[in-house]
Order: sequence, then C-alpha cells, then structure tokens
Amino acid sequence: MFKNRGIAFKLILLVSASSALIFLLILSYNYQSSKKMIEENARQNAWNLSRATVNRIETALRSVQKVPENLACYLENSSYNKDELVRVLRAVVETNHEIYGAAIAFEPHAFDRNALYFAPYFYKKGGKTELLYLGSESYKYFYLDWYQIPMELRQPQWSEPYFDEGAGNILMATYSVPFYRTINGGRRLMGIVTSDISLEWLRDIVSSIKILKTGYGALLSRNGTFITHPSKELIMNDTVFGIAEARGDKTLREAGKQMVRSGTGSISYKNIWGKQCRMYYAPVPSSGWSLSLIFPVDELMADVVKLHRTMLFGGAAGIVLLSLAVVFIARSITRPLTEISNAATEMGSGNLDIDLPSVRSHDEVGRLSDAFHSMRDSLREYIRKLTETTAAKEKIESELKIASDIQMSILPRIFPAFPDRPEFDIFALIEPAKEVGGDFYDFFEIDATHLCFIIADVSGKGVPAALYMAVTKTLIMSKAKEGITADRILMKVNDELSRDNDVNMFVTIFCGILDTSTGEVCYANGGHNPPLVIRKDGDISFLGEAGGLVIGAFEGMTYTLEKLMLGPGDTVFMYTDGVTEAMNEKEELFSDERLERELASLNVVGIQELVSGIMEKITFFTGDAPQSDDITMLAVRFLGGKTFV
Amino acid sequence: MRIVLILFLLMYSSIAAAGDQPLRKASFMPLWSTQTQFAGYYVALDKGIYEKYGIDLSIVPGGPERPAADFLMKKKVDFTVLWLSTAIQRRAQGLKLVNIGQIVQKSAIMLVAKKSSGIKTYADLDNKKVSLWEGDLSIQPRMFFRKHNLKVKIIPQSSSINLFLRGGTDVASAMWYNEYHTILNSGLDPDELTTFFFHEHGLNFPEDGIYTLEETFMKDPGLSCAFVKASVEGWVYAFEHPGEAVDIVLKYMVREKIPANRMHQKWMLERMKDLITEQGATDKIGMLKQQDYELVADELRKEGMIKSIPAFPAFYRQCTGYVQK
Repeated sequence: MFKNRGIAFKLILLVSASSALIFLLILSYNYQSSKKMIEENARQNAWNLSRATVNRIETALRSVQKVPENLACYLENSSYNKDELVRVLRAVVETNHEIYGAAIAFEPHAFDRNALYFAPYFYKKGGKTELLYLGSESYKYFYLDWYQIPMELRQPQWSEPYFDEGAGNILMATYSVPFYRTINGGRRLMGIVTSDISLEWLRDIVSSIKILKTGYGALLSRNGTFITHPSKELIMNDTVFGIAEARGDKTLREAGKQMVRSGTGSISYKNIWGKQCRMYYAPVPSSGWSLSLIFPVDELMADVVKLHRTMLFGGAAGIVLLSLAVVFIARSITRPLTEISNAATEMGSGNLDIDLPSVRSHDEVGRLSDAFHSMRDSLREYIRKLTETTAAKEKIESELKIASDIQMSILPRIFPAFPDRPEFDIFALIEPAKEVGGDFYDFFEIDATHLCFIIADVSGKGVPAALYMAVTKTLIMSKAKEGITADRILMKVNDELSRDNDVNMFVTIFCGILDTSTGEVCYANGGHNPPLVIRKDGDISFLGEAGGLVIGAFEGMTYTLEKLMLGPGDTVFMYTDGVTEAMNEKEELFSDERLERELASLNVVGIQELVSGIMEKITFFTGDAPQSDDITMLAVRFLGGKTFV
Repeated sequence: MRIVLILFLLMYSSIAAAGDQPLRKASFMPLWSTQTQFAGYYVALDKGIYEKYGIDLSIVPGGPERPAADFLMKKKVDFTVLWLSTAIQRRAQGLKLVNIGQIVQKSAIMLVAKKSSGIKTYADLDNKKVSLWEGDLSIQPRMFFRKHNLKVKIIPQSSSINLFLRGGTDVASAMWYNEYHTILNSGLDPDELTTFFFHEHGLNFPEDGIYTLEETFMKDPGLSCAFVKASVEGWVYAFEHPGEAVDIVLKYMVREKIPANRMHQKWMLERMKDLITEQGATDKIGMLKQQDYELVADELRKEGMIKSIPAFPAFYRQCTGYVQK
C-alpha cells in the first residue's frame, strides 16, 4: 500500500498517526484520571453535603421530638388530673409553632376505669386551637399506626409522613412517644403522647439543596416512599421500589433496600427524567429516613468534558500544524532528492551538462547534492578523456585494419592461382583473428617445373608480427628465386632474420618445392606443424615431426631437406597452429587427431572443398567461442606430370 | 312536502331503533375505594359496555367508611361487590340478597411473615404475634389457626402495613393484590418473606362477587343479568388491554383524589387476572361453583357464624337465558 508512496506521504502518515495516538492515549488517561478525581470530589462533596443536611434535619427533628418526649416524661413522673392534662396539652400546641396537633392517648380504661377511650387532642384550625376527644366506635385509635406502632414496639416512632388536608395540605408526620407508669414494681404502658409536626421546614431544607445545575436532593421515608422530590407526583405516592419495578432495575431496588435499612452508599442510575446520575444516600438516624443526593453525571463532568474538548481541538490543530511542518521538512528533503533523481535520470541518458540543483544546506541532502556535483564533474572529465582515448584507439584500430588489409593483400588470394597449370592445384585460406596476425602463406613458381609453397606463423601478433611476416615473405621469395633448395632457403632466411634480431621475434615455416613434372616435393620444416599427406587412395599421414628450429631465433642454424613423392591426386595439407589449437567453449582443442580424422572423413573431390570443409568443421567445433589465433590452411595437390605436347 | 315528512319519519324511526329502548338507570358500588381490584367495572363504564347492554350506570365510590352491604341493604345502590363469606352470612341473617356473578374464584387474603423472624412453615406461627383485620377478613386466618392448632397472639391490624414493616408484629394479613405488593415495594424481597395463601390450605373462600337484592333481581332479571354480562365483558377487556385498563382506573382515582400509583395498580390488575380467570381463560368468568359455596357455608356453620346453610339455588341466580343481546 505504501510501497509506491513518497517519503512525504509516509512521514506525514507515520508522524501524524503516531502523534495522534500518543495524544489520544494521554488525553484518555488524563480524562480517566480527571474523571476519577471528579468522582472522588463529588463523593466527598456528597458526603459533606449529606452530612450537613442530615445534621440540620437531625437537629430540627430532635428539637421537635423534645416536646412530646418532655410531655411523656412529665406524664411519667407527676400526677395529673384531666384539667391539668388539657391545660398542658393546650400549652404545648399553642407555644410550639411547628406542632399542629398533640394528643395524650391513653390505653383502654387506663385513665378512667370506666372509659374505654381517653385521648384529648388539641389541634390548630383557622388560627385557633381546638380540643377534641379522640376515640369512638368508628375511631378506635388503639389500632391506628400512630398509636399501635409505638405501643407494640415500646419506643418512640415517627409515622410515615402524610399530607394533612385539615392543616392546609401541608407535609406532616406524627411523632409518638409511649409513656409508662410503674405499678407494683412493673413498668406498665399507659398510653401514647403524640404530636403532629409540620415537615414543611424539612421540605425547605431538602429542596434548597442545589447540586450543579439540575441536581437535587430527595428524602425517602422508612418504606422508601418519597417525602420530598422535585417531581410532585412521586411525593407520598411512589417508592424507590416502584420506580425500580417499573424499570425492572434490580440495582436501584438493591440501593432502595440499603436506603430503607439506613444504609449509606451510592449508585449510578438514570433519574426519572432519564438523565444519567450518580446518587449518594445517607440515613437520617432519628427517623429512619434516607437522604439522597443526585448528581447529574454530565454536569459533574461538564468542566472536564469542556477541558478535554478544548484539548482535543487543540491537539487536532497541533497535529495539523505538525503535519504541515512534516510536509515542509519532507519537501525540503524530497524536492532536492526529486531534482537530483531527475538529474540522475537525465545524466543516465548521457546529458552531463545538466544543471544540478544547488542545495545550500550542509545536511545529508546537501552532502548528497555535493557528491552528485562532484560525480557529474568526474563523469564529465572521464567522458572527455574517454572520448579522446577512444578517438586515439579508433585511429590505431583503423591503422591496424589497414595494416591487416595490406598484410592480406600481399598474400596470393586468387584461385585457381595457376589456371594454366593442370599438373597441380593449390588452394589456401586464411581466417585472421581480430588483431593483425602473424600467419601467412605463399606460393610461386620458381621456374617452369618448380612450385614453391610455404606456410608460416610469426610469433606474436599485431603490427610487429605483420611487418616481420612481410620481411620473411619477401626474404623467402627472394631466396627461393635463387633456385636453392628449401633447407637452404630456410637457412638463409634464418640467418638474415636472426641477424640483428633485437625484437626476439621468430617464425615457423614449412617450405616445400614441388617438381611439377615428377611430383617430387623437396621440403624443409622450420619448427612448423607437420603437414598431412593425403594420398589419392585416402591414406593420410603426418609428414614427419616438426623438424628444425624456428626461423629467426639463432643465426647459423641448418635445416634438413627432405623429400616426398606425390602421385597424381595426392595432396599435401598444411596448416598453422590456429587450426589444431582452435578451442571450443569447453576449452577443448581441435587437435591433430581431429584434423586427421576430419580430413579422412571428408569425401570431397577438389582441394578447395577440402580446405573449406575443414574450415566448416572448425567453425562448427568452436561454436561461439572467440577465435584467438589466425587460422591458415594451404593445400597442394599433384595432379600428374605435365605432358609436353 | 310529503316526501320530506316521510324522510323525517324514516330517520326518526331509525334513531329510535338504534336506541331500541331507553337506557335503564342503575347504580353500583364496589367493595372498596377505586382501584384495579374493580377494573372490570370501571373499564365497562368507560368503554361504554354498560351502555351497549342498555344500562346507564353510575358507580358510587366505596371505601372504608362506606360498607357496601349496608348501601345495598338500604337500597342506596342496585349492585355491589361483596365477599362470598359476607354474603352468605347476610343471607343467613335474612337479608334477601342474591349472587348474580362470582367474579373472584380464589381467595387473595394471605398471611405474610418475614423469614428473619424465624417463620418458614405454618408450624412456626405458634406463639407469634399476628395482626389481623377485623370482621370477615379474619374468618379464614382464625379457621387456619384452629385447623392447625396454633396458638397465636392476635392484634388488630390497621389499614396500613407499617406495623409489620417496622417489626411491630411477626405476621400480618395482606391481600395478595394489594398489601403484599406494598410490602415488596417497601424493600422486602419475595424470598425474604414466608407467605400463607388460604386457598392452598383448604380454605379457598372465593371473594369478590356481584350482588343485588333478590327483590331487584326479580323485578328486572334482564337488568341484573345485563349488568353482570357487561361487567364480565369489562373484565375480559381489561385483561386483554391491561395498560389501557390501568389508565382508566387511574383516571377515576385521580378524579376521586385517591393517591394513584401505576405500578401498584398494574400489579393489582395482574393478580386480579390470576384470581378471576382459570389460568387466563376468560370464558367462565362469573360462575359460582356449588362446591365452593358449600365449602364456605360449611366452614361458617362449623364456626357458628351461621346457623344453617342458605339454599344454593336461592342464593345464586345464574343469568343464562336472561339476556338477549
């Protein structure tokens, strides 16, 4: 995916992605930590707030509890009559503004042996305090919660709060305190002192709790009923369990159970307006109620969320800036690189005069550019020199070619060479190697019946060899023309060449003189490969071994003259070492044996075909291997003595 | 002019035919204040089912200070809901009332105890403090204690369940559809409670039934039976549309300024369905089985609450055949 993308793209992608990742990791860690801190703070705040609120409620409850408690205490510790009871009770109601009603309710027959009920009750109505005696067939107060519960439990009790329509639909609760009398050493319950207490102040305390923007406080009764709550429909009409039931929320129900059992704790839940909240609850000990404080999570987290949103935007902007910076840096690297790359391509195509981009910086790119500059200059210099050298070389090569041409041109190349001589046939072929070689052959008539033929191979190559060859050829011809024998020709030529031979060059020569009338060949061999004699009947043999020493090495050498009789149709096949030492790609030599074998196998009539056939064999043998030496072949066939008519 | 007159006459007669007969006025009083315990009647009223049966019904709210039996006896209402045990006693005392439809088949009254007070089986009730409601509501518990030979300390139970919740009594009376749910929704889980259903202890007293005076019934059996049929149809509708039924009842509760709690009313309606139908089957609603009648009457006689068992056919008037829809 990125293989074909540029460095700039990769850099931007990698740098931006990794910095974004790092940034997000840090941000989320920061968010989590802040969240934890905020939650911890909220928890602390909640506890502080609930402790403070509970204390206020407790203080208030205790102070209102004092009135019926004191009254119960008075009833336990003093004797009283009906008038006195009524007077005290009236005073209690009239002097305590938060008390809307109070009763002293006696156990059946406890106050008056003859009366089942005795329960004077003062209550406020329209600014006046009215007296009522409770208890009748239809109002058996013994069986009502305000009486029965403290009576059965034998301890003061707050009733479940209620709305009192008679008192103007205000929130009330009744605090009931049992009172006793010691009779015959036993503590006997005499009745219940009760006071109806306005809880409007309580509502004020709780509703004055403002948490963040929409957070609030709520008070639950011992049964989980809402005593105060911002939603009026819930008050006195629903319990936390009812809400949990409606939602099927087990967690909320569990929290509710904790609340009604005076537990302390907190849960996350959705409040009745569907807002995710954290609720902290703590008990109001004296009444068994539960105060809960509701913190909307989004408001709790508002600052953190805002901060992190800003950070996120800042971070995003930062990454964009970073990307731009990366783009700038990448460009500063890649622009010269691209230019250098383009220049390199241009240079590759041969244009060294191109302007290279100049990079002022001394960084890696600058050094690369410098290197490119110096490379271009060196290349330019090198090419210049190379051009000169090549020109020189070409000149030499051209001269060599000319030399080679001249060399070839001095060899007899027109065949049949002696069309008017039916008694013999001669054919030669030279395949020079690339450079100017040292092989040569020659044949010429010495007189009417004698044909001199030579094949030679000058040591070394090139112009010296060619010159040496020309000298040798000329020498041989001039000596041969004197009418001396082949051994003497070689001797003389040797003496000539070896004298003042400072270059230490030499030449191998096979020199033969055919008597065209008889078919006798007198020959001498100056270190050359022995020729092959191919008899008309197909018999092939080497003509002795390489006899004599090479020509031109040592002065005063003598050479042996040998004779060979040729019958009509017999052929002498001469060659240079370029034939037998021709190499194929496996570096195998063509060899004497192969030459002999191939000559035998060639079923041809004329000598031209014979020589050409061997050439083909050599070409086939060597294949693609380069020719390293001149290949020269010379064949002479005696066709029969001349009949002079 | 004549054509117009004929058209007018035709239209008039068609309106008269639709109404068939003018609606007959009738009044009904449930056994207690408005709640889904009586959803069928309120739904039938609200959905016009009574009208469909030719009745212009008015529901007279009941309540603790308004005993339905007294209202019936004093002919202040035509129809009421009464418990079978109450009705048999009244009949035995000579009040000529008749059962025209037994709605609730199973008794919903029960005893509830906290497991934490060590009560797991009925044997554990021995020597425990039990709060009972007064009157006919205490018949079954007392029979139950006697049957199992349990000595319990009985204290009166008020209309609230707070005494039980605060631990003032070990065992409390409860209606399955009412106080039991209040207990659950005061933070006590079902598995924290031990319950005693009387119908599981051979004391199944079918509760809410529709009653009228024999005299009223004889005067116009069609009206009584139409009322029963419409009421049963109201119940069936309520069971099939519980959400709507709860809404309707809540509407009447708000109108009467009774604290209305939806979840509580929903629970109550669901329990009423359990008590009224045979596993949800609504086709036999309203039948009073003779063996149920005899069991209740026999228990009452054994307790000395009645001297003789009123004859079943005179007590229960089946409406089959009285109403032609």
